[in-house]
Amino acid sequence: MKIGIYPGCSLNGSARDYNESVFAIAKVFDIELVQIPDWNCCGATAAHNLNKELSLALPARILALAEQNGLDEVLVPCAACYSRLVVTQHELKVEPEIKNRIKKVIELDYRGTTKILNVIEWLDKYIIPGIEEKLVLPFKHKVACYYGCLLVRPNKVLNYDRSEDPQTMDEVMRKIGADPIYFPYKTECCGAGFSVSRTDIVSKLSGKIIEDAEHRGAEFMIVACPMCHSNLDMRRPDINQYFKTKFTLPILFVTQALGLAVGLSPKEVGLQRHFVPVNIDS
Amino acid sequence: MSHSSHQIERNSLAFAIEKNVDVHTQKCYQCGKCSAGCPVATEMDMPPSYVMRLLQTENQAHDENILQSQSIWLCISCEMCLSRCPMEIDIPSMMDFLRQRSIKQKMVNPKAKNIVAFHKSFLNTIKYTGRLYELGLIIDYKRRSLNMLQDITLAPKMISRGKLHFIPEMIKGTPQISGIFKKTSKKEV
Repeated sequence: MKIGIYPGCSLNGSARDYNESVFAIAKVFDIELVQIPDWNCCGATAAHNLNKELSLALPARILALAEQNGLDEVLVPCAACYSRLVVTQHELKVEPEIKNRIKKVIELDYRGTTKILNVIEWLDKYIIPGIEEKLVLPFKHKVACYYGCLLVRPNKVLNYDRSEDPQTMDEVMRKIGADPIYFPYKTECCGAGFSVSRTDIVSKLSGKIIEDAEHRGAEFMIVACPMCHSNLDMRRPDINQYFKTKFTLPILFVTQALGLAVGLSPKEVGLQRHFVPVNIDS
Repeated sequence: MSHSSHQIERNSLAFAIEKNVDVHTQKCYQCGKCSAGCPVATEMDMPPSYVMRLLQTENQAHDENILQSQSIWLCISCEMCLSRCPMEIDIPSMMDFLRQRSIKQKMVNPKAKNIVAFHKSFLNTIKYTGRLYELGLIIDYKRRSLNMLQDITLAPKMISRGKLHFIPEMIKGTPQISGIFKKTSKKEV
């Protein structure tokens, strides 16, 4: 079994732990993840904020390279990259004129045939069907599943789960033995790309999300986006300072929780790289 | 519907929005759901529903207020407003357009300069290496924003966790990437 992967810049750097856990799980389930050769940054928020055409051209090059290399299905673990890639594919599909212009800009052929999978779709399709026989250490904890923005929005374009109170991640967590709590903050924004330029906003928004999860008795928060993770984990000192408190809730990538449940060690899923200490005693 | 019978003032921002991003501001009937759900509305000088109302007046002074507002930069692109709008008005796309117009007309609110500086630094690193180079981004951002001491203790902690590259990962297609930047840089907004 072989499928493509677009790691994106975060998984290559500040979210190495996410990357490690994705690849470690794939290995357990005998899936070969093939990186799109010579992939580039998707442009993220900066590109679509400042230059629309650039924000379409950068993801289009990535998708064109996937096509060129015969990768029909591509896993995109970063929710932000996932959103940019799907939005671009959609835009180029409904606007043939823009598509032709973008093809000239990237100087590559582009058909728009790649099937893009977010991390939950990938787990649902390739991991969950075989989970029962691999489950050695059920993740018996109360968890708050945090989807953030870009895994479910813009919902008309992504066409994935529902935009209010989505359930797909909750379902995956149930399959590995966890107890997902009712969590109204699951699609509130963490502050996204303001981590550096407006840390105060990130502290406030991320702090509210953590506060609610702790208040409802969650032992862990589960995420599927490197940007959410860095705001909720790496920015914890800023959050605690802003709220004048000490939130201790650890933030786990969904693939880290799943990896632990199938017997991978904390190190194999990159837990030692977190800022907020993760103590798993099962 | 009322918006289709109304002739929009051709010099107005509402007209430019309709032409460039196909968003029809007249559809808004001020229910306020966008502002209620917006995570940054409390930080804004004008929440999204107020921006919509100002646009509907097709008044030049109001248009300038919008382009000079902090709001268009504080919009975080979370897409909550669009997902809750009963008229499905694509406010996030409209905000992208307003930001680009605001830069082009040199109307960027001084209080938003760090946000703009960060976006520019981000794209600058991509332009030269093809992928994000965090260290390069931070150095470029500090140069633009003059926030030299910000996060100074964070870098060593990231390094000890293996989360920061010292050397950028240059992709082979870097010339293609600079070509893409060049070909998309002179677009009229």
